[in-house]
Amino acid sequence: MMNALGDPQTLLVLGGSSEIGLATARRLVRSRVETVHLAGRPSPALDAAAAELRGLGAQVHVHDFDAAAVDTHETVLGKIFAEGDIDVALLAFGVLGDQEQGEREPMAAAAVAQVNYLGAVTSSLVCAQALRRQGHGALVVLSSVAGERARRSNFIYGSTKAGLDAFAQGLGDALHGSGARVMVVRPGFVRTRMTEGMPEAPLATTADAVAEAVVTGLRRGSETVWVPGALRYVMSGLRHVPRAVFRKLPV
Amino acid sequence: MEGRLTGWGRTAPTTARLSTPTTAAEARAAVRAADERGLLARGLGRSYGDAAQNAGGTVLDMTALTRVLALDLERGLVTCEAGVSLDRLMRLLLPFGWFVPVTPGTRYVTVGGAIGADIHGKNHHVSGSFGHHVTRMRLLTAGGEEVELTRGEELFDATTGGMGLTGVILDATIELLPVTTSLMSVDTERATDLDDLMQRLESTDHRYRYSVAWIDLVARGAATGRAVLSRGEHATPDLLTPRQRRDPLAFHPRSLPAAPRGIPGGLLRTGTVGAFNELWFRKAPRERRGQLQRIGAFFHPLDGVPEWNRVYGPSGFLQYQFVVPYGQEPVLRSIVEQLSRHGCPSFLAVLKRFGEGGPGWLSFPMPGWTLALDLPASVPGLGPLLDRLDEQVLAAGGRIYLAKDSRMRPRTLTAMYPRLADFRALRERIDPTGAFTSDLARRLAL
Ligand SMILES: Cc1cc2nc3c(=O)[nH]c(=O)nc-3n(C[C@H](O)[C@H](O)[C@H](O)COP(=O)(O)OP(=O)(O)OC[C@H]3O[C@@H](n4cnc5c(N)ncnc54)[C@H](O)[C@@H]3O)c2cc1C
Ligand SMILES: NC(=O)c1ccc[n+]([C@@H]2O[C@H](COP(=O)([O-])OP(=O)(O)OC[C@H]3O[C@@H](n4cnc5c(N)ncnc54)[C@H](OP(=O)(O)O)[C@@H]3O)[C@@H](O)[C@H]2O)c1
Repeated sequence: MMNALGDPQTLLVLGGSSEIGLATARRLVRSRVETVHLAGRPSPALDAAAAELRGLGAQVHVHDFDAAAVDTHETVLGKIFAEGDIDVALLAFGVLGDQEQGEREPMAAAAVAQVNYLGAVTSSLVCAQALRRQGHGALVVLSSVAGERARRSNFIYGSTKAGLDAFAQGLGDALHGSGARVMVVRPGFVRTRMTEGMPEAPLATTADAVAEAVVTGLRRGSETVWVPGALRYVMSGLRHVPRAVFRKLPV
Repeated sequence: MEGRLTGWGRTAPTTARLSTPTTAAEARAAVRAADERGLLARGLGRSYGDAAQNAGGTVLDMTALTRVLALDLERGLVTCEAGVSLDRLMRLLLPFGWFVPVTPGTRYVTVGGAIGADIHGKNHHVSGSFGHHVTRMRLLTAGGEEVELTRGEELFDATTGGMGLTGVILDATIELLPVTTSLMSVDTERATDLDDLMQRLESTDHRYRYSVAWIDLVARGAATGRAVLSRGEHATPDLLTPRQRRDPLAFHPRSLPAAPRGIPGGLLRTGTVGAFNELWFRKAPRERRGQLQRIGAFFHPLDGVPEWNRVYGPSGFLQYQFVVPYGQEPVLRSIVEQLSRHGCPSFLAVLKRFGEGGPGWLSFPMPGWTLALDLPASVPGLGPLLDRLDEQVLAAGGRIYLAKDSRMRPRTLTAMYPRLADFRALRERIDPTGAFTSDLARRLAL
């Protein structure tokens, strides 16, 4: 259960090897989390994440989960929820994709949408149903500033995050009054393996800073969290820039 | 009906299906109809944390089970349904010269809640906890069977202080205290610091039926632990004025308007609280003997302001209450200093000496010093601070009160309550499917 100070005891990370996911799990294990479920595709990174969290004293369960295999989500995630209440489910999987390749090969773009949007839709719905049944819990969705306004340079990824963000907000409204809630997190450029080798955008941040914002947001009961916080104002400015100008901005 | 519930501290809300039985038969039907998320009885929701919540399951609102079933005015025994409040009992019984055996700092608790948490009052050092005065009760167990329990039975002792997890208390018989007036004769004195306070309590507590001290936690340095002692006894008619003597048992508590809603957080800062505490300390007489006070003023000063819990704003508040055994005074002193140094904007902390503990398996009181204080949940660093204090309380052989807890770690609790293993085993045996459960039980693995 979430305690009076907003610290959860059980955590489910979808995309268990995600750097932001792991940074968040680390912080939560240091406060109250005792049980962590890592759901992801088997990989050395996933095993390493589990080993590290065990080292911090958590009980870690690893589950085979492929975000793209949408028809398996009910079964795979249903089993995890059947093992006991989940206080926080963190939706951390995602792929950046290659914009140029996506424009050339439509199926490559579809693969990005399959994970980031479709996979997120099915898995969030399964989580939401379970949280509603529990009468408590938070679904934390890692959206992105890229979804706030699609950019020429990565609109395939951006549009999947835009869809996910809208979906998550609506789901949050649907859960209102159920005891469960949704928190949408919109990081800017985060230095993780997802962005490795890419030129840094302004206000670049770290996985741990995102993790800290997630923990604080949970404590406060926030609905939307920007990381860093200043992005909220930057994006509200950018949102109103005319198309002709926005197209030419070096963002 | 679905409802969002919290405890008195208004933290960690969860949603449950609310059912309000008006008869024992309806309560039984609700227990039988509960699903795998289980069921829990709730009284007036005056426990601070998540003790009276059951996320996703059923919560039985007991406050419509309010029949008084038998009243023996010769021997001072009342039998009533579990939803009857202590406020109601006082209004009903005082005119006949009887008083509840134990009252907490609010009259708005139910008999079920008083037994469920095995509450204590200012008279614990003389009278023990509430359960000590319960002679029998009827309990609805898993599967919906009713069992009659009397003192000394295992299930009776597991239920007293059992936080609703052994079943639903339907009714109980309580031994009352005879009184000849509805007024209290109160002695007030100031203590300049914590050592002075402990010394005064230690040497003279046995002279009073009721005793408690209020500590100013905002005061620092030499004044750390300065306090006001308030101790008393039920007044006898000879102490009353001729006018009061005409109706010595009159009891008509009044309340002020409720605290306003929608108070922003952050109103309670150390500065404002400090100013309040300073005023309060100066206002208290250095020493005053035999002052007549009404029951409300002496026992339930906060009941004068309904919904005062809203002044803590949206993030809510919690109460930290622990006990450390006699002989562990240095730990108590160190904890008071740590709280004071952390700059917690706590109005007042209440310090009291407990007498012998009762037979309740998860009952809180044990011989020692108990300190209770309200803290806004938004105080920076509060979680780690209280975790550290938990460890110190545990190391000193003390414990934390479940009716107030909203944040403890499961393993700390396990180490504090030696009979918890028996409690778990009993629940495993009589309620193998977990028909009764609560957010507190889930959080602390009770
Ligand atoms: C201002 C204030 C001052 C207080 N002062 C004191 C004090 O001095 N001493 C003290 O000991 N406590 C004190 N308390 C705490 C309070 O006395 C306890 O939390 C008490 O249990 C509240 O009773 P309730 O009817 O509101 O029960 P709830 O808070 O609704 O429930 C408390 C527990 O009892 C169980 N329960 C309730 N009814 C039943 C039933 N019919 N059958 C089985 N289980 C049941 C619930 O499941 C829950 O676990 C204070 C609280 C406040 C707000
Ligand atoms: N980094 C940024 O700048 C940034 C900014 C804003 C938002 N975000 C979002 O934050 C989230 C976490 O990103 P991150 O920075 O932590 O990057 P990351 O370390 O690369 O994490 C992405 C995770 O998604 C998993 N994943 C990808 N496809 C999957 C699939 N089909 N099934 C299951 N898991 C799959 C990856 O697991 P595998 O090991 O199996 O591939 C990996 O664990 C993502 O949603 C991302 O879009 C990131």
